[in-house]
Amino acid sequence: MTNSIVELENADCILVIGSNTTSSHPLVATRIFRAKARGAKIVVADPRFVQLANKADLYMRHKLGTDVALINGMMNVILSNGWHKQDFVDERTEGFEEFRKVVEQYTPERVSEITGVSAEDIRTAADWYANAKAGSIVYCMGITQHTTGVDNVKTLANLSMLTGHIGRESTGVNPLRGQNNVQGACDMGGLPNVYPGYQPVNVAANKEKFEKAWNAKLSDKVGLTIPGVLEGLSAGSVKAVVIVGENPMVSDPDVHHVEKALKNAELLVVQDIFLTPTAELAHVVLPGASFAEKDGTFSNTERRVQRVRKAVEPVGDAREDWKIFQDLSTRFGYKMEYGSPAEIMAEISSVTPSYGGISFERLEGDGLLWPCPSAEHPGTKFLHQGKFSRGRGLFHAIEYKPPAEQIDAEYPFWLSTGRIHVHYHTGTMTRNSPTLHKEMPEGFLEVNPVDARALGVKSGDAVRVASRRGEVVIKVDITARVTQGTVFMPFHFVETCANLLTNPANDPIAKIPEYKVCAVQLEKAL
Amino acid sequence: MEYRTVLTTCTYCGCGCGFYLEVLDGRVVGTIPCKTNPVSEGKLCVKGWNVHEFIHSPKRLTQPLLRKDGALTPVSWDEALDFTAKRMREIKEANGSDSVAFLASAKVTNEENYLIQKFARAAVGTNNVDHCARL
Repeated sequence: MTNSIVELENADCILVIGSNTTSSHPLVATRIFRAKARGAKIVVADPRFVQLANKADLYMRHKLGTDVALINGMMNVILSNGWHKQDFVDERTEGFEEFRKVVEQYTPERVSEITGVSAEDIRTAADWYANAKAGSIVYCMGITQHTTGVDNVKTLANLSMLTGHIGRESTGVNPLRGQNNVQGACDMGGLPNVYPGYQPVNVAANKEKFEKAWNAKLSDKVGLTIPGVLEGLSAGSVKAVVIVGENPMVSDPDVHHVEKALKNAELLVVQDIFLTPTAELAHVVLPGASFAEKDGTFSNTERRVQRVRKAVEPVGDAREDWKIFQDLSTRFGYKMEYGSPAEIMAEISSVTPSYGGISFERLEGDGLLWPCPSAEHPGTKFLHQGKFSRGRGLFHAIEYKPPAEQIDAEYPFWLSTGRIHVHYHTGTMTRNSPTLHKEMPEGFLEVNPVDARALGVKSGDAVRVASRRGEVVIKVDITARVTQGTVFMPFHFVETCANLLTNPANDPIAKIPEYKVCAVQLEKAL
Repeated sequence: MEYRTVLTTCTYCGCGCGFYLEVLDGRVVGTIPCKTNPVSEGKLCVKGWNVHEFIHSPKRLTQPLLRKDGALTPVSWDEALDFTAKRMREIKEANGSDSVAFLASAKVTNEENYLIQKFARAAVGTNNVDHCARL
């Protein structure tokens, strides 16, 4: 997030797009409700009628995968009415003219045809957002999990720069990160192209710096992303895989393909707290510790680094994960001898400029928001004040592209996937929590009442859902939350695994799969 | 009976809510919201309120497992780690550093993620490190 969570309360207009905030980020939703109580306009854009749509001042139900067109349409209205901030564009950005030429093609009428949203609603959304004192954008995986994920995000950045809604308190672009420490895993260099603190591995100075800090010879070749690892396993170029606290057998698209790839590994090591479907395929399973059984830090979606504290010893013979890694590394031949997570953090801050001022002592209390470059630095509430990280903000001229897979006579329904409020990701933890399991013990498929009638199914009946990749038999929930011709399935349940169906086609840059759109067929299961 | 509370950060979504875990005789038995946490301000969602429930689940993994004759079999830590380190070294030596890949985790701590990628880069010599940021 460019801003801290609490700042949302003071925005005058919040555009929530591709985020089921009340389900997936309930304590961020609280801030959106408070903003509304203060009089802010809430605009929700989502193909599915998410709970927050009930509270919206304007709800736009655009068709799946038409986000670029919708936002280009809003920007077309903003430009033709002169609601953009020319000063901001001139002083702080570049690439505007080329961008304008593309956006000029997206008249509200044309966009209405692409998205299914009325031209009037597009105008209203543009007016409220552009003319707010503090406009904020909130988005989540509904924006990113597309073959156009990067285009979608850049388009939202265009919108914020065009209107000058960035780099000030309560104005900005705020992606909500889905996992407790996905921000931290990225910050720590859990990515194939960067060292900790987003320092690229293929820049000679960075490599030298880390070779010295770690006393080791390093590679300057950018590594593989998860889809690349799976391809490498299938092709035989990747032989050994270590998976920590992840469950690709439920979470990755086209699970049949994932299973084949993982079974190709000569060595599959899985470190987890439960025997997940992924662990069941492993050669070695290492029992890690849950969050309650170790010390450390997590970095949340607003970049706040907070303490995790050990409450109890790991169960049975399970071990704290940091102890497992350092033991493994030492046995492999590279000695690691840290006495505590605080000691590891001291090393992190010495090589990671944005964490330079972070230490366990300073994290007592409210934690710290990075960038926090020095021991005296108070942390950074919102980003891009006065200047973008890259210097001038770059406008991208982006055309709308339809999703990779299209519906046809054989697969006539659109399928979208997502989370529900009582469960979390692949259900490894929540489905082992009796209270949460009781709330929602099994998966379901949301089907529009008109489609349900045509299929001859009642709520609770089973249907067979099939895509070009797999099929699932699942109970239906008949609801107008989804439009006619579109169905929705949560991905938490291995028994009715949504990712047997999803399309592994991914964004060419971010490699994020298109979980939010694929084509399926439905029939009543007998 | 020994009762205490331990202030910590939630393990579910990216909000980063704070709460106290209630510990009774070495077991986590409950969750109490933390009023002073800047994110959650004394509130929690349904997942957060029940976050203590999975910790002592009888289904937790409690010992290392090694596949022997096709079946995952309980073994000592020494056996599991020695086997893993030895096989990884053999694979690296036979096929090069880039034949080994790591999936770090959005669930474990910063310190642990730092060690995984350091192990991959400094010990094994590969940048094949990714995690589920995209999923």
